[in-house]
Amino acid sequence: MVCHLSGCRDAASRDVLVELWAVGREGEIVQQLMPEFERRHPGVRVKVQQVPWTAAHEKLLTAYAGDAMPDVFQLGNTWIPEFVALNAIDRLDERTSRAERAGFDDFFPGILETNRVQAALYGLPWYVDTRLLFYRKDILAAAGHAEPPRNWDTWLQAMEHIKQRLGSGHYAILLPINEWQMPVILALQLNAELLRDNACYGNFRSAAFRRAFSFYLELFRRQLAPAVGETQIANLYQEFANGYFSMYVTGPWNIGEFSRRLPDSVQDAWATAPLPSPDERYPGLSLAGGASLAIARTSRHKEMAWRLIEYLTAPEQQLKFYQLTGDLPTRRTAWQDAALPANARVKAFWTQLQAVASPPKIPEWERIASKIAHYAERAVRGDVSEEEALRRLDEEVDRILEKRRWLLQTAQ
Amino acid sequence: MRRIPPAFWFLAPALLPIALFFGVPVIGALGLSFTDFDIYALGDSSRLRVVGAGNYGRLLEDPLFWTALRNTLYFVLLGGVLSVAVSLGAALLVNHRRVRCKGFFRSVYFMPVVTTLVAVAVVWRYLYHPRYGLLNYALGFFGIDPIDWLGDPRWAMPAIILMAIWKNFGFNMIIFIAGLQNIPERLYEAATLDGANGWQQFRYITLPMLAPTFLFVALITMIGYFQLFAEPYVMTQGGPSNSTLSVVLLMYQEGFRWWNMGYAAAVAFVLFALILAASLLQLRLRSAS
Repeated sequence: MVCHLSGCRDAASRDVLVELWAVGREGEIVQQLMPEFERRHPGVRVKVQQVPWTAAHEKLLTAYAGDAMPDVFQLGNTWIPEFVALNAIDRLDERTSRAERAGFDDFFPGILETNRVQAALYGLPWYVDTRLLFYRKDILAAAGHAEPPRNWDTWLQAMEHIKQRLGSGHYAILLPINEWQMPVILALQLNAELLRDNACYGNFRSAAFRRAFSFYLELFRRQLAPAVGETQIANLYQEFANGYFSMYVTGPWNIGEFSRRLPDSVQDAWATAPLPSPDERYPGLSLAGGASLAIARTSRHKEMAWRLIEYLTAPEQQLKFYQLTGDLPTRRTAWQDAALPANARVKAFWTQLQAVASPPKIPEWERIASKIAHYAERAVRGDVSEEEALRRLDEEVDRILEKRRWLLQTAQ
Repeated sequence: MRRIPPAFWFLAPALLPIALFFGVPVIGALGLSFTDFDIYALGDSSRLRVVGAGNYGRLLEDPLFWTALRNTLYFVLLGGVLSVAVSLGAALLVNHRRVRCKGFFRSVYFMPVVTTLVAVAVVWRYLYHPRYGLLNYALGFFGIDPIDWLGDPRWAMPAIILMAIWKNFGFNMIIFIAGLQNIPERLYEAATLDGANGWQQFRYITLPMLAPTFLFVALITMIGYFQLFAEPYVMTQGGPSNSTLSVVLLMYQEGFRWWNMGYAAAVAFVLFALILAASLLQLRLRSAS
C-alpha cells in the first residue's frame, strides 16, 4: 500500500507518451483539455509543446529534417500539401472506420476539403478561420446604409459615401497592403483559376483575376483604403474606434479582441457581416482557413495519436475549446450545441462558412501567395503598372513551379 | 615520407574541430549549391537534381537578388562610412585631454554594443513611429512633416542605418581609442612647437599614425555590414516593398522559409565571393598608397 502511494510502480516509465505540438495561444490552452483525455485513456500521457506562430512552419520542417517530429501536430491547413509532398504525415481515411468517416460529414465541407490532397484525407480541422467584414454600424448608417453591403456595387457605394461623409484623413476600409488574402478572395469570388494546366503555370492575366485585381487597386486609387501595411497601424482597435477606417476584413479571433479592446462608446456600434459578392449569390466566397491536426508518419503511437485527434475534434471538446479560446468550432453539431448562431456577430461566420473555398492545394502555394502580396503592394504603391505587375507575377510563379512541372513530367 | 613539423601536432587539437564543424559543412554547402535541393528533395532524395551552375545563373536573373544586393551595398557604403566616421569622432572626443570622466563616457558609448538587438529594435520602433514617435515629434519643432520611417520604402533603409550605427559605433570607438593611445605624445608636442594647429595635427599626425587601425576597422566593419541580417529581420522583415531586404535575409528566407537549400547555398557563396573581393580590393588599395 505504502509502496503504491509512493509510486514505486514506476508508472511514468511504462506510460505511453504522446507528444502534441500546438501553435500560439491554443498551445497553452489545449493543456487544460489534457487531464480529461488522460483520464479516459489510463496509461497514456500527453506532452504538449507550445510553438509560436512565427516559428511554427520552420520548426516543423526542421523537426522533419532532423527526424524529431512529434506524434500529433497542429498545422495551418494551407501547409498540408507541403507536408504531403514531404511524405511527413499519415493518411487519416485509411485509419478510420466507415462509421467514423460518416461522422466527418459533420465538419463544414469547405473546411474539411482543405485537408484533402488528391482525394486522400491527411488532417482533421481543429478550428476554423475565415475572413469577413467587420464594420461600424453607426458610420455606415449615417452614410445612408442601414444594411451591410451584399454585392460589390453597393459595397463600393457605401465606401464612397463613408469617405464623402468623413472626409480626408479617414478611410472607408483597411486592407493592409502587404497581405495576399484580399486580392485572392476577390479573384476566387469571380471563379478565377489562379494556376492553369494542373497548377503548373501562373494564370494571373486571366480575365477574372484582372477584374479582381483592378477592383482591389481601385479601392486605393479612390483613397477608400489607406496604402499602409499592417505594422504601420500602431493600434488597430484605437483607429477603428476613431473612425480612421470603418470596415476591416478579418477573422474570428478579432471578435474577442474587439470586445475586449474597443472603448465602451463603440461597443454597440460594430457588427460583422459575410463578404459581399460580385453577383447575385450571397454571401461572396471567402477563404477556407483554419488549423488542422495531423499524425506524423514517424510517430510510434499512431493509434493513440488518432485517439487524441478524435478527442480534440469531438463536438464536446470543440465547445469547451471555443469557451476557452473563442476559436470557432469546425463541426456543425458543436455550433448548434453551443447555440452559437444566436450570437449575431458569430452568426455571420456561420453564414460565411457555408461559402468558403481554398486556394490551389500545392506545396508551393505559400510562396506564390507571398509573390501575390509583393506585386499587389508594388502596384498599390504605383511602382509598377497593373499590367506589368501581373506579367511579372506570372513570370515568377512559372519559375517557382518549374520543379512541379518536372516532377509531373517524369511521373508520367 | 617527410617529417610532419611539430607545430602541426600542437595546432591539431584546434584545427580538428574547425575542419570538422566548419570545413566539412562549408564543403557540404558548396556541393548543395550545385543541386536544386528543396522541399521535394527533402521528402524523397530521388527528386534531387544536380543543376550545375544553374542556381548561380538563376540568381543573376532574379530581380529579388539584385534588389537585395543593391540594398546591402547601400547599407555597406553609407552605413559603413558613417559608422567609421562616427566611431572616430567619438574616440577623438572621449580621448581628448580636456575630457573628464573618460571611463564613464567610454562605458556609455559602449553600452548599445552589448545590449540585446531585439530590445533595441523594439525601442527604436517606438522612436520611429510615424504618428507617436519621438523622432517625428522632434522634427515637428523644425516644421518638418512627419516621416513614415519604417513604412516608406525611401526611408526604411536610412532608418535601419541610423539604428545600426548607434548600436555598433561603440565597438570601433574602443579600437580607435587604443590606436590613438599608441601615438606617442612627443609627436604632438613637436608639432605644437612647429606651430601646427589642431587640424594640421589631426591631418598629418593622427590620421597617418592611425592607418593600420583604420584598415582593421574598415575591414571588420565592411565584412560585418555585408552580413546585415538581424536589424531588418526584427524591424521590418525586409519590407516595405523589399526596401530593406539584405542578401543574408534573402538567403535566410530562401533557405529556411521556403526550404530552397540549393538556391540559398548559392546565395551564400556569392556573398562570400563578394566580401572576399571587397576585402582584397581594400588591402590592395592600402598597400598601394
